[in-house]
Order: sequence, then structure tokens, then C-alpha cells
Amino acid sequence: MSNEEHPTPPAEQTEEAKADISSAAGRLAVKQRAGGMIVPVVTALFAFLIGGLVVLGTGHDPLSAYRDIFNGAGLNWVFHPTTDIANTAAYNLSQTLLQTTTLILCGLAVAFAFRCGMFNIGGQGQYFIGLYVANWLGYSFQGMARLPHVLIAVVGATLAGAAWAGIAGVLKATVGAHEVITTIMLNWIAIWVGEWLFGDGGPLQNAANKTVPISNDVAGSAQLPVFWGQQQLQGLHVGFFVAIAALVVFSLVLNRTTLGYEVRAVGFNPDAAAYGGISVRKNLVRAMAISGAFAGLAGALDMLGYLYHFGQSDIPATQVGFLGIAVALLGRNTAVGVGLASLLFGALLFGTTHGLQSGVSTIDPALASNLTYIIQGLVVLFVGADLLVLSIWGWRKKLRPKHREATA
Amino acid sequence: MSGIWTERLDNPVSKRLRDPASTGYVAIGLGVFAAFLAIPPIEARSIVWSILVGIVATLLGIWTATRGRRRLGYGAAVAGLIGMGLGILATRSGTGNLEAVFNAALIAQMFAFATPLVFGAIAGMFSERSGVVNIGLEGMMLMGAFWGVYGADVGGSWVVGLIVGAAAGGALALLYAYFAIHLRADQIVGGTAVNFLALGITGYFFFQLYHGNYVPTGVSTIPNVRIPFVADSHFLGPAIGNLSLMIWAGFGLVIVSYFVIFKTPIGLRIRACGEHPRAADTVGINVYAVRYGCVILSGILAALGGVYLSDGFGGGSFNDNMTEGRGFIALAAMIFGNWRPFGAFGAALLFGLSSAIALRLQVYSPSASTLFNVLPYVLTLIAVAGVIGRSVPPAADGRPYKKQ
Repeated sequence: MSNEEHPTPPAEQTEEAKADISSAAGRLAVKQRAGGMIVPVVTALFAFLIGGLVVLGTGHDPLSAYRDIFNGAGLNWVFHPTTDIANTAAYNLSQTLLQTTTLILCGLAVAFAFRCGMFNIGGQGQYFIGLYVANWLGYSFQGMARLPHVLIAVVGATLAGAAWAGIAGVLKATVGAHEVITTIMLNWIAIWVGEWLFGDGGPLQNAANKTVPISNDVAGSAQLPVFWGQQQLQGLHVGFFVAIAALVVFSLVLNRTTLGYEVRAVGFNPDAAAYGGISVRKNLVRAMAISGAFAGLAGALDMLGYLYHFGQSDIPATQVGFLGIAVALLGRNTAVGVGLASLLFGALLFGTTHGLQSGVSTIDPALASNLTYIIQGLVVLFVGADLLVLSIWGWRKKLRPKHREATA
Repeated sequence: MSGIWTERLDNPVSKRLRDPASTGYVAIGLGVFAAFLAIPPIEARSIVWSILVGIVATLLGIWTATRGRRRLGYGAAVAGLIGMGLGILATRSGTGNLEAVFNAALIAQMFAFATPLVFGAIAGMFSERSGVVNIGLEGMMLMGAFWGVYGADVGGSWVVGLIVGAAAGGALALLYAYFAIHLRADQIVGGTAVNFLALGITGYFFFQLYHGNYVPTGVSTIPNVRIPFVADSHFLGPAIGNLSLMIWAGFGLVIVSYFVIFKTPIGLRIRACGEHPRAADTVGINVYAVRYGCVILSGILAALGGVYLSDGFGGGSFNDNMTEGRGFIALAAMIFGNWRPFGAFGAALLFGLSSAIALRLQVYSPSASTLFNVLPYVLTLIAVAGVIGRSVPPAADGRPYKKQ
């Protein structure tokens, strides 16, 4: 689209467009006009574009790389839908959904705190605590019936995650310690707790083999049923439906309950909320604990659903708690947004690692998996700077003055 | 009004607890306790407890000293160190294999572990003194670690490594500065993004350039400084006789940054931008320029810490996510030191000591080793919980400034 076809708009319109973007209310208005979808979509496209440039600059073909990742994630399944797990696309899709399950819950962990005005960077630590407790409870009580055993392990891990995040919430509410610094520290404490638990001589180290730093296996009675694929091949477990239900619960609690109203009020303006008789401290603690519960639940479902055991070496390799930040920000902290963003990052997570077939693919899995981190970083960077995306959006609008007049 | 780290609600209960004097007295008490742990009636068999309590006491002393009660604070820090020393001496007799853990070389190792933290903490201090919170220290350090080794490998000299690493950290910092200053993005979100980005970029190019697990060999590494007479002496030799050049550079950096921040017009301008950017703007200081400068300097310094990690301490090798949270410990050291160079230096040394002991204890007692590894994080958590109200971070820290 060139400037000859669409002459530049009159000066006052340009000024108006600038004013639109520079004031907070103007930005909000643009967002609402854009239906809230524009910024995330532009952000994601932009991140993939720059990621593609990195791939291109290092001598690989970005288009075929993205196609391989798309197929590796099993998203080509939509062209030939089948439930037969022997089909590669079907298997890859089931694995992508397995990652999506975790990411939905980790994303909600960040999103819920955000709606209360807090930035929960501690999803990683809360997820780990959920994993540890689920492993411990899943290994204990051998020979128990399946339903109570699963319930004990899931509820225990969820509460543990809530308690871990609750520490940050309580510190924020009582002494005003900033949740960012406390959750960062709690993340690293959780990591070292894991190193100790599963390390040599640690309390949760495999009882049968004391030479490797790996945990015990969860008892069969605590393992979640698999509904798509085979358990030995890491099939998709029923936790997927729990995650979908969590999205619904998240939306209902925030938008349809008193608790959600109070949490949002505190997030919107704590002073106004306090003036309206809402206890700010109580809601800070509650919001943080609920956030932690989501992350703890994610840990429980992973442990009981397909991991069954966890080793020292798995700790630094796990990044899902941090991916939750990108998921929540890209999903604009709404249930639908988090669901869609989780699918995107779930596809990236599996499509760039095990889904990519080494040798066949044009891009090595080791490169592609780091591409995921680059895209993740760019997404968070751009979402944090909505001013940039909005200015691009405004600039695009300026190129189409006729369209603008029609809507005005 | 207070800055980003101290948004706190009034709580009269902990007000007395927040008084630096009380922290100082607790520190002295702990210092004495550290010595008594080793002798009857408690007679702890393991030396671990004396060291642990001694480190806590010394850190609290630094905390007190950097928050107004100087003499009491330094006294408490010394009490902690003496208590630790006495505790070590008392348990030393009769426990043979502890000799392998606690000897003069431990001091050298403490400096080695502390140096990336010193660079990181000073880096964070410059950025935050100018009013920009820098959560991205970890990422900037990681950039330095990878590109430093790459530069040293390709350029054939560790000097090239230092330059390339610093440039990479500075470039990432420039990107962050553009988002944080010009686009007024949330600084915490931006810093988090920087960390992800650095993890991806270094991992991607590590594989692209070195094909997986192949670690460069024969890379020119940062040399050690051998001090002629000291190096041969019995105790000082292994302790400080043969330290890396970057360790000495770190000492120099602390002194220089103290003078720059507190004794020069440039430092005054930096602090003005961090305390009250509008006032600074009114008197003709270019707030954006100062903040850009400080954030980029922050990236360069953090990256230099990273270069030391890979090309000095690491012997010229790199592995994925090499910094492993050191950027965050540096951030913690900065908070402990109350955004002051010498305070941050002291905290970094103690965190370094804690890591050095953790490494040495790994063979004898994995769980005690974990205890020392987790110590910086736990202490920071307790510190921000109990006493951050006494900290004086720059008032406009974390707040984007909009020119009028």
C-alpha cells in the first residue's frame, strides 16, 4: 500500500491520532475499539517475525522451520483428524495438549494475581512445590484405592502451592515487601529444596537406588487415567479436562462472585477499594494463595498424569512456570486468552523439542527449543510495551484515512 | 512517597523491629553465639553452624551500618566475623577432614564466587540509582558469559572477549532501556522479558556456533595476578597471592563507583534522576540521557561479571543458562547493601563465601551444602520481610518518567 493511492491524512487528524495514544484513557479507548484482540495478535506475529529473522540470519529457512514446528506440534492433525495414536500427527497433538494443560494452569497462576494488581513471577516455584508434594503423597499410601489417593495427592499439592505463594501474599499485606522480589527468592528456595529432596541422601530420593538423584515413582493408585493414547507412551490424561474446568472456574470466580469483584477492585485501585470497605490486605493474600493453588495444581497434574518421578537434572530443564508469564500476558489475563495462548505456547514447547524429528527437520531441535525462549521473551517484551504496538496500530490506521472516516 | 521496592502499608508492630539499632544488637548477639556454638555446653560437632550463624551476624551488621547506625553496624559485622573465626578455631582441633574444607584457599574461592555478584550488584546500583529497576541483570550477565567466551575464542584474546561480552550486555541493556525509558513499559515485565530473551539468544547461538555440547577448548582466559612476595607466603599466598585480574578489577570498581556516585557531579545527577526526575529536568539535566547511560553501563558491568564467570572462573567454557540465578543474588546483594557500593560489596562477599563453602561441603554433607546454597535467598526473603522499610531505595526507582 503506497502513499499515492492513499494520500496522507490532514494535519489535525495526525495530531488527534497522536493524542489518542499518548493519554492512558486514549489508549484504553483504542484497545476497546480493537476488541482487545489486536495487541496480542500483533504482538505474537511480531515475535514470530523477529524469531524468523533470527532463523534466516543464521542460515536456515524460516518458513520450512515454522512448518516443521507446526507439524511437530501435531497441528497438521486438523487436515486429517483421527483418534488413532499410531498416526504421528495425532500423537504429536496429544503431546501438545499435554503441555497446554500445564501452561493453562501456570498461566492462570500469573493471571489471577495480575487481576489483583500483583505480578506473580513465582509460578515456577509454586509449580515445583506442587510437584514435590504430589510425588511425596503419591508415593506414600501405597495400596490405597485410586480415587481417594488421587484426591489426597492433588488437594495436598494444590494447598502446598497456595501456601508457598501465600508467603509472598502475607509479606506483601503485612510488611509491604514487593511480591516480585519475594517470589523470585521463593523460586530459588523451591529449586534448592528440590535439589535437596531428590539429591544423594535426600528424603525423597529413590529408595531402591541410592546412587542416582531421582525421586521414587508415584504409586499406580495415584496415577491419573489416560484417555487418549497409551500410558507408557505418555498419553493425554484426564488432567486436561481439569485445566479446561479451571479456565471456567477462573472466569466465573473473577466475574460472577464477590471474591472476584473484590480482587478486581483491589487490582484496579486499592485506595478506592479500601474506601469502599474492601479489605486490601485480605484480598492480596487471597489472590496470591489462589494463584499459587493454580500453579500447585499444575505440578500435581504433571506428576500424577505423566511424569510419575522427578530428578535433580529435571529441575533446571523445566521452564513451564516462567512460560506461564508469557501465556498470561499474551492472553491479557482473561480465561479465553489464557486458553488460546497456552495452546500456542504448548505447540511451541512440544513442536520445537520432541515433536521435531532430528535429521528430517530443517532446523535442529536444540536450535528450535531456544527459538521458543526467544519468542517468549519478545512476546513479554512487546506486551509490556503496549505503547509500541499501539503506535504501530495507529500508524497503520493513518495509512488508511478513508476507513478511519467511515468508522468515525 | 516510596519507590517500587518499598510500597508498604503502615504496620506499627514491626516498627521497632525495623530500627537498625535492634538489628545491630541481634547481630552482635549472633556473633557471640557463633563462637559459643563450638564450645561446651552446646559443643556443636560440625563447624557448619558457627559459620552459618557468623555469616548471618555479619550480614545483619552490614545491614545496620548501611542504614544509619554505622559504628554499631561495623562493630556487629566484626563481632560476626570474630565469632565465626573463634568457632572455626575451637572445632578445628581433632576434626581432620575439615582442614580440607576450611583453609586459606577458601578465601580465594570466596573472592572467585563473589566477583560476578560484585559486578552485578554495582551494575544494578547504577541502574536503580538513576531510577530504572533492573530485574534483567541475570540476562545481561548471561549475555556476557556467552559472548565473552565467543569473543575470546574467535578474537584469540581474553581482551577481545571482555569487549565483545561487554558490548553484548550493553546492547541488550540498550534494548531494555528503549522499552523502559522511551516506551515507558513496565520495568519488571521488561526485565523479565530480558531474562527470557538472553536465555534464548545465548542458547540458540551456543548451538549454532558450537554445535551442541562442543565446548570451545584452548580459549584465551582472563589471567591471574601473581603478587611476587605474597604468593610464596604460607597463609596469604593461597588466599590472595594468585587471584584473577577480574577480582582485583572488582575491588577497583567498588571504590571507583563509590566516588562516582557520591563525590562527583555526575553522581549527583544520577541520584537526582532517581530521586526526583522532574526536579532534575527543571534544572536542565537530561533525565532520559542519564537513565540511558546508567542502564547501558549497568548492562556492561553485569556482562563483565558474566565474562569473568565463563572466561575466568569457568576456564573459558560456557554451558546453557550458566549464570544459574547469580543475577538475582547480585540483586539481593544490592538490596542488602542499601543501594551503596561498599554495602553491596560486603553482602556479595558473604554470599560468595556461602557458595564457596557449599561447593566444598558437597562431598561431606550434601544437605549442609544445600543449606549454604539456599542461604542468600532465605536471608533476602527474611530481610525484605522484616526490615525493608528501613531501606532507602531511590524514590523514583521503577517509575517511568514522561517529559513534558
